[in-house]
Formats: sequence, structure tokens, C-alpha cells
Amino acid sequence: MIHFVLHDSKDSVAVVVAEGVKAGMTLNGWIMDEDRMTSVKAAQDIPIGHKIALKDMAVGDTVWKYAVDIGKVVAPIHTGEHAHVHNIKTKRW
Amino acid sequence: MPTISKDTTILGYRRENGRVGIRNHVIILPLDDLSNAAAEAVAHNIKGTMAIPHPYGRLQFGADLDLHFRTLIGTGCNPNVAAVVVIGIEDSWTNKVVDGIAATGKPVVGFGIEGHGDHDTIKRASQAAREYVQWASEKQREPCPLSELWVSTKCGESDTTSGCGANPTVGNAFDKLYGLGNTLVFGETSEITGGENIVAARCANDQVRERFMFMFNRYQDMINRHKTSDLSDSQPTKGNIAGGLTTIEEKALGNIQKIGKQCRVDGVLDKAEVPTHSGLWFMDSSSAAAEMVTLCAASGYVAHFFPTGQGNVIGNPILPVIKLCANPRTVRLMREHIDVDVSGLLQREINLDQAGDKALECLLRTANGRLTAAEALGHREFVLTRLYESA
Repeated sequence: MIHFVLHDSKDSVAVVVAEGVKAGMTLNGWIMDEDRMTSVKAAQDIPIGHKIALKDMAVGDTVWKYAVDIGKVVAPIHTGEHAHVHNIKTKRW
Repeated sequence: MPTISKDTTILGYRRENGRVGIRNHVIILPLDDLSNAAAEAVAHNIKGTMAIPHPYGRLQFGADLDLHFRTLIGTGCNPNVAAVVVIGIEDSWTNKVVDGIAATGKPVVGFGIEGHGDHDTIKRASQAAREYVQWASEKQREPCPLSELWVSTKCGESDTTSGCGANPTVGNAFDKLYGLGNTLVFGETSEITGGENIVAARCANDQVRERFMFMFNRYQDMINRHKTSDLSDSQPTKGNIAGGLTTIEEKALGNIQKIGKQCRVDGVLDKAEVPTHSGLWFMDSSSAAAEMVTLCAASGYVAHFFPTGQGNVIGNPILPVIKLCANPRTVRLMREHIDVDVSGLLQREINLDQAGDKALECLLRTANGRLTAAEALGHREFVLTRLYESA
């Protein structure tokens, strides 16, 4: 069972692709571009399609996905936590 | 064995101008909002014809009026259309659309309502529509090279699985079609934001790159002129956010997975412009599903790949829309809308190459006549892009 996927090992967030991810579960992850597995422990319940943080991030840090800048951190994020609009914002517009 | 090769053929309709269509519609096309009632009455009278109502066409001017004509004429010219009856409130603009469509050589006739009224117009237009649909019903499909199929793409109700699964699937299919010399298009200008440098780097030459950046910056300027926030209520949409997408940059990087890894961007189109050679085109366009797909149909595209994450239900009157989805929850909850299930991709049950082949297999079946989910469900969203207010 793959619980989350990421594109590149540089990515600081990954996508949960399984339903029923709960806090405390150890999750299997697939690094798609390198075709190898990794894992992280979920710190919160995370819905399918939503992102999980793969590292601790501070306010102002750049968030990486597809090995590209997808925005900035606006509230502290710890490894395994839900990463979304409550702690990440666009740098555009 | 690859799913497609230079020798692959589809069963299509060869039109008078040489283009290949995969549907055989006789459409009743209103020029303006006032003519919808008559157009719908004709389509009700004459079985097998289809009215395409819309809310515009009065007091438009300048570039917005040009786009209105380009979209209506392009819709009529589309090779998925066998013949067209145009109805407008008056003769002059009606005839402009008729003349534009007539350039393809296909049967087209127009009727103005003023001086006649609805009853007489419906009667005369119904007579023409009846002749056209009987004529069209004898048209036969014939083997045509797959490379002559013009294929468009746009995604919608995207979520994070779009960028990991359904969009790369289309990208894989596009890479394979590109290799055969198909004519392809993508767009969604605001939804490139954050990935514009990646698209620019894929442009075939400096001239194309400059034109792409001109279109991209033009759209950014429009957004900056009108925005009242960082667009976090609109782009990403509420549906995107519910699906897990957080920023426009993240959405854009998922979006551009649709152009695969090998395609070059060979040219840039303004809205509803017709490509002049094969290859991959970028069309400046809205990211709203029905607007973009309507523009693709008006540019002459005859089949459409539509990856979705949270489950967009869009269709188009004349352009078959093939839905692809990699989100297992959406596939389960909205099964009737999904033509190609690639959720196995995210569990490593199939690889990207196999997912791309699944998409192409569905494209071939759709081209040969299989109705898409959107067609079977009667989705006929026809939405004209407006540039500004009417006069």
C-alpha cells in the first residue's frame, strides 16, 4: 500500500493518495521520479489528496514540490503535519 | 506492441475541406441570445439536429466582437459538424457567420428573424435542417490516419492527484501523438502561473517563446488590474482547495504535466484561432473548463482529453470530452463521469507508459464512435469567452 507520493527527493511536502490516513500511522511513500520508497509518521489525520510535511518548516521558508517553489510557509509546520492553506500561501498576485 | 503507430487509422468523416471529424452533427447555431428560442424549436422539430444556445451576440464590439464571430464560425467549421443552420435576429451578422462557415465547403444556410417572426423562421429553418440531417445521415465513416486527429486538453476540478496521475497520463499520450505529427493544444493561461519558465523553456524557438510570454504577461496584467485579493477564492478554486491544492504555483505545475516530457511548444494561438501546422500549440485562454473547451472546439479540435481530480462533469456540444481520473475516491463516487481510470498509477499497479496507452486506447474508441461519458450524460456546455462589456 502506497500512502503518499512525491515527485522529487528535494520536495518538502508529499501528496496523500490513500483514504483513512490517521495520526500515528507510519506511512509508505513513493518518490515517483526516482522510483524508490520512503516513509514518514503522520502527526495528524490527513484526507486523501492533501499534503503531508516531510520536514520541519519555519515561517518564510519556501515549500518545494515537483522540485519547484510552490509558495511560502505562513505558520510553522512540523514533520508529519497537514500542509495546506492554513500554513502555506502563494508568492504570486 | 505500441498502442499507436504511423499506420494507426481511425474511422472518421472526411469533410469537404479535407479535415477529419469523428462526429456527424447537424447544428442549429443562434447568432445571438434572441435567436435561441427559434433555434431550439428547430432542433425540437427535426430529430437528430442539435441547437447550441448561448447568451451573447448583441452590441458587442471590437476585439470582443471579433472573438464572438471567430468562436461561432469556428464551431460551425469544426469537422465534427456535417452541416449548419444559422439563425440570427437580423441578416447582416447572420450572413457573416454563414459566409465564414461556407469557406469550408460544408452545407450552411442562415435565417434572419426580423420581418418574418419566429413562426415563419422556424418553418423555413426546419425545412433546411430536415434536408441537412437526412443528407448527413448517409455520410459514411472511412479509415483516416490517426495523425489527422486534432486533440486538445484542459484539466478541471483538479486536485493533487491530477498532477501526479491524470495529467502526466495525458502528457504521456501527448508525447506519443506528437511523435506521429498530430495537431495538439493546451492553454489555461492563468494556470501556468509559477510554471511559466518551464513552458517558455519548452518553446521551439525564440519567436514562439516571445509570443507565449506576451500572452502570459497580458493575462497577468488583466488579473492585476481587476483583482481584489490574492485570488485565493478563485484560483485555486474552492474545489481545488477541498481536494488538497494549496497555491496557484502548485496547481500550475500539475497543470503543465499535460504537455508531457518530449513535446515542444510549436506555436501560440489567440483565443479560437485555428492552428496553421501540426505540433503542440499553446492557446491563450481562460482556465474555466467550459470556456476553454468551447475555444478548443472553435479552433477545430475534434477530441479532448480532460483529466480531473475532484470530478468535473463538463462536456461540449460538438467536441467529445474524455475524462481521466487518478483519484480512487472520485472514481468510486462519480464513476458515471470517468472514461479512463488511472488510479492504479498512484499505487504502482500500472506505470505511466501503460496509463498513457489506456488514454490512447480510449481516444481511438472515441474516435471510432464510442460515446464519452459526457456525451451519454448529455453534457453540452457551450460557453463563449467575453473580453469586456457590451456597448
